[in-house]
Amino acid sequence: MGQFDEIRYQLIWNRLISAIEEQAQVVIHAAFSQSVRECGDLSAGVFNRRGQMVAQAVTGTPGHVNSMAICVEHFLAKFPIDGMKPGDVFVTNDPWLSVGHYHDVTVVTPAFHKGRAVGLLANTCHIVDMGGLGFGPDARQCFEEGVNIPIMHLAREGVVNEDLMGLLRTNVRNPIDMEGDFYAMMACNDDGARRLVGMLEEFEIDDIEEVGDYIIDQSRKSIVNAIRKLPNGDYPHSVELDGFDEPIRIQAKLTIADEHIHIDYEGSSPASTYGINLVHNFTLAYTTFGVNCIIGPNIPCNAGSIEPITVSAPEGGILNAVRPMPVSARHVIGQMLPDVVFGCLAPVIPDRVPAEGAGAMWNPMLRGGPTGVAPEVIASADELSEDYDVIMFNTGGTGGRPTMDGLSTTAFPSGVRTPPVEAVETCFPLVIWRKELRERSGGAGKFRGGLGQTIEIGGEAGTPFSVAAMFDRTWNAPRGRFGGMDGAKGEVRLKSGPELESKGRQSVPYGDRLILELPGGGGYGDPRDRDRQAVVDDVLDGLITAEDAESDYGIDVDVSKTTG
Amino acid sequence: MPDQDDKYRVGLDIGGTFTDVVLEGAGSRLTTKVLTTLDDPSLGCMKGLDEVLAEGGISPDDIGVIIHGTTLATNAIIERKGATTSLVTTDGFRDTIEMGTEGRPEQYDINIVKPEPLVPRRRRFTVPERLNARGEALVPLTEDSLETLLPALDAANTESVAVAFVHAYVNPVHEIMVRDYIRSRRPDWSISISSEVSPEFREFERFSTTCANAYVQPGMARYLEKFESRLKEAGYGGPLLLMLSSGGLTTVETARKFPVRLVESGPAGGAIFAGEIAKSNNMDKVMSFDMGGTTAKICLVDGGRAQSSRRFEVARVYRFRKDSGIPLRIPVIEMVEIGAGGGSIAWMDELGRISVGPQSAGSSPGPACYGQGATEPTITDANLLLGAIDPDNFAGGKLKLDGQAAASAIEKTIGIPMNVPPADAAFGITETVCENMASAARVHAIESGKNVDDRTLIAFGGGAPLHACRLAEKLGISKILIPRNAGVGSAVGFLRAPVSYEVVRTFYQQMESFEAGPVNHALKEMQDEAEGYVRLGGGPASGLDVRRQAYMRYCGQGHDIVVDVPDGVFGKDAGNTLKDLFDERYAEVFGRNMKGIVDAEVVAWSVTVSTAPRPDDVAAGDFSSASGPKPECRKAFDPVTLGLIDHAVYVRDELPPDTEVTGPAIIVEDETSTLVGSSFSARIVSNGAIELSRQAR
Repeated sequence: MGQFDEIRYQLIWNRLISAIEEQAQVVIHAAFSQSVRECGDLSAGVFNRRGQMVAQAVTGTPGHVNSMAICVEHFLAKFPIDGMKPGDVFVTNDPWLSVGHYHDVTVVTPAFHKGRAVGLLANTCHIVDMGGLGFGPDARQCFEEGVNIPIMHLAREGVVNEDLMGLLRTNVRNPIDMEGDFYAMMACNDDGARRLVGMLEEFEIDDIEEVGDYIIDQSRKSIVNAIRKLPNGDYPHSVELDGFDEPIRIQAKLTIADEHIHIDYEGSSPASTYGINLVHNFTLAYTTFGVNCIIGPNIPCNAGSIEPITVSAPEGGILNAVRPMPVSARHVIGQMLPDVVFGCLAPVIPDRVPAEGAGAMWNPMLRGGPTGVAPEVIASADELSEDYDVIMFNTGGTGGRPTMDGLSTTAFPSGVRTPPVEAVETCFPLVIWRKELRERSGGAGKFRGGLGQTIEIGGEAGTPFSVAAMFDRTWNAPRGRFGGMDGAKGEVRLKSGPELESKGRQSVPYGDRLILELPGGGGYGDPRDRDRQAVVDDVLDGLITAEDAESDYGIDVDVSKTTG
Repeated sequence: MPDQDDKYRVGLDIGGTFTDVVLEGAGSRLTTKVLTTLDDPSLGCMKGLDEVLAEGGISPDDIGVIIHGTTLATNAIIERKGATTSLVTTDGFRDTIEMGTEGRPEQYDINIVKPEPLVPRRRRFTVPERLNARGEALVPLTEDSLETLLPALDAANTESVAVAFVHAYVNPVHEIMVRDYIRSRRPDWSISISSEVSPEFREFERFSTTCANAYVQPGMARYLEKFESRLKEAGYGGPLLLMLSSGGLTTVETARKFPVRLVESGPAGGAIFAGEIAKSNNMDKVMSFDMGGTTAKICLVDGGRAQSSRRFEVARVYRFRKDSGIPLRIPVIEMVEIGAGGGSIAWMDELGRISVGPQSAGSSPGPACYGQGATEPTITDANLLLGAIDPDNFAGGKLKLDGQAAASAIEKTIGIPMNVPPADAAFGITETVCENMASAARVHAIESGKNVDDRTLIAFGGGAPLHACRLAEKLGISKILIPRNAGVGSAVGFLRAPVSYEVVRTFYQQMESFEAGPVNHALKEMQDEAEGYVRLGGGPASGLDVRRQAYMRYCGQGHDIVVDVPDGVFGKDAGNTLKDLFDERYAEVFGRNMKGIVDAEVVAWSVTVSTAPRPDDVAAGDFSSASGPKPECRKAFDPVTLGLIDHAVYVRDELPPDTEVTGPAIIVEDETSTLVGSSFSARIVSNGAIELSRQAR
């Protein structure tokens, strides 16, 4: 390959990444579900004719992207690429073939150039309701969790599959939002296909097979180079989590062998009898994400950057569930996997690995109205709202980092954002009375853990509602690293006092409020090594107390003598 | 201002490095650039004014209006040099401006940084009060709670206060109560309330905008006062108007109240400049391309009007990435700004790919070729090596460039790692930056539902004419215009801007239950408010241009699109009319619509009132003594044939209208050079602009 070819390939690469980012922006702007439009719970990617991911959008969430990367091959196995026709669109939400629960729907569209399918555009979005029990961990079998769409046509040669849409409309709680989101997902891929074809015309190439191989190859080489710099060996680590009815243990052994990293989850807990289990795709997604974050954060994600990292987990276990095990709230465990990987890598590259963070987002699925709360709660309520279902995404603190404090209230590893309180209250009969940093929740350290937050939610006029709780780290705090102290554990309770369970649907009675205290990140390094001024600032800003400064950091801060 | 019409007009743009002054009148235009005096920017302004007045032999009483744009507000935010600001907010929302969206600007890097809020937690205070989404008080605010607030504000050494309550965009009563309470007791403090600064929903953006306004207010007020008094002392009697980020003009009084609306007023001048050129050349679809020392700005201009937006992010702290800055919800000219200017530094990423920016070498040490000891290659170095810039004639010959230093910087950073000769590496750099700009332009266009390839590119700012042809090739654009005075385009643009004011209000209406009465009432109030501001700015009592827009979406969606609302009072079936307009516009943006499936709603309304813009009446120049062009010859790199080939070099001032130049060629002037690509030909049009056309291959 000549030098100009290489420069040209690099330009095409950049162009593909920007085309796919445009595609993601389209779905955000056209979507109906709050999870997509306000929170960015989506992903988008472009694939070659063989179903390998060549580029992904910057916007998006890792659990989707890396799962989607695998799932496109399943579409091709059922519908070979040369049998596809212009205007065809394909869809699935099968957890085992795609992204691990029914809410994440993947739509795939072939792009045509000169009469031939030249690649595939795919995107995955979280649809707020797909029927069944709704988003939450309470189901005992996946069949209770929603409608399964096997891989099939969403549109045939431009005509929407009305049989499918008709079936779905009668099975979900909010058919208009669901249908609007399906349209947005089709529009998103159409846009990506237009950009892809325009790019082929401009660069005068027939497809992306050759340039795709270059991209995948370069990325693979970069990851391989990064792995080669690490010492070979087996690095075990384990993490304890709350689980639903009993504690969960995630046991990992990370093996570095020349150009390859393998993570084996042998020894982890068996599957839960509730919906917090992961399909293999999802386990792979968050595990490779964890590895890539540490060893190659600037290497664009595609088939090549994922390939040198392999994952195995015992079949039927919590990280490799089989049908009909329930999987709806799998993010609760899945989003902890990067912390597990970081724990394995900490002894290998201590200067690149942060302390543990809150991990999984706290996403209360709230339901109100006559069918949304328990009968005894309805009986004691003076007033009820209309029926509604809403999900709010919220974050705790990330772990202290090797050179910086952890980030307060920041999604990690998820790429999702929180919706504005004013947007939620405009659409739903709720009042979010408090959404504020949770003081004293960041683990002390040379670099302090990020703070969690306190959230207080009530029904409008005190109307009762129920919450599908799917929260973790209420028993197991995010641990500090290298002498750093633990972050604060999470708490779930009613304002009137009683504690609630961290998993499962529970009611918030008339006049009461739900209080969530989200975990803070663990500290990194010995707190006694923390910069004095940083401790003083934390006291002045009320993130810690003067007593904490003395007991955790050994620094005497006299607030009366210090001005802001 | 009818009595001002025969006077000279001045445009004045304070940037981070230079202050540009443009004076127009009696059919001519004078320009100068002086160094910005950051300690007291009014000094630099006075110096620039003195220079142009002396050159033209004009006295201060001959000067009518002075139109002023500045990055001072932007820089105060970026450099954190604003006032000691305190925030008063709703109980439970003390940390909204710090928590933000809770997202990350980049997924894989654990070492990302997020912007520090403008008001630190120790100066963020809460009071018990709460409105619901309909503006009804769930917790009424009492004066008792304000009594304890005041000593806390005193103890925090407050100079400026931001007041921002949840749902105050629906009902400002609590915010007004706090403002009046504080104002009567602490008359020296600046006070900004969210229901005035940015009355729109989404609390993070509104609170953040209000804090930014409070943060820059005392400094801007002091500066404006000082400048006004210096002008008065020096004998200037005409009005002083300020350029807004929305592209309109406003009075000193309004600028003092809402200084956050001045953020990005310089680039807005550039967009106006492009818009006026588009109009006077009858160009319906234009893309303006303004490339300076640090960034490039790209803006779409349809029908002579730049696109507008209501959201902007200032002071991005992580690689210029979206969501890494402070969001401002204000009327702005919609543009995309990326770290691609003459001083942007080229480097290799860990995959061995060439990357450019966003780091810039600035003016010190500057590009390697400035010979001030810099060793990192910049775009200017690459252009020098490719022959696009003449080392002996840079900036009118004021700065001799060191080609050897440029070559070794490029060789060391790019050439050796990629194993290619310096010229190829330099080409890789300019190609990468052009590709970055093309990508940014494309993403920007899709976000607006527009095409780029059917547009005319209007290029200005020091760097744009060098890269315009290549950018056009990448975007499939076939026509480019390089206007006169391209180097000080923003300041020229100020002189074209209309006096204008935009009022935006959140006010929900679903189309199926559209209530014409309340909507008509609200729009009338908004129009009266906007007209009031325009008259303050010297606008006439009648003949004003009124533009009404609705921000609409399908019920259940979260993002809206802008729909132009027809003139006149709404009647019974206004809901249907608006719904049809929305469905039509939606299909334009997203390909399909959901007509008949779901109702639509208006989220917010905007009314913009403006005077007519001023046409450019400056003559093209006198070529009677010119003896015709005598081009020299220089080798420069041609991106189409991938080699160094001969380029004819012309001096722009020697080219009379209708002169035709075939590419490859270079047309030089003091402030910039136009590179005419081998697939382009150039023609000087009657108003002195260079028009470049791509020849069919």
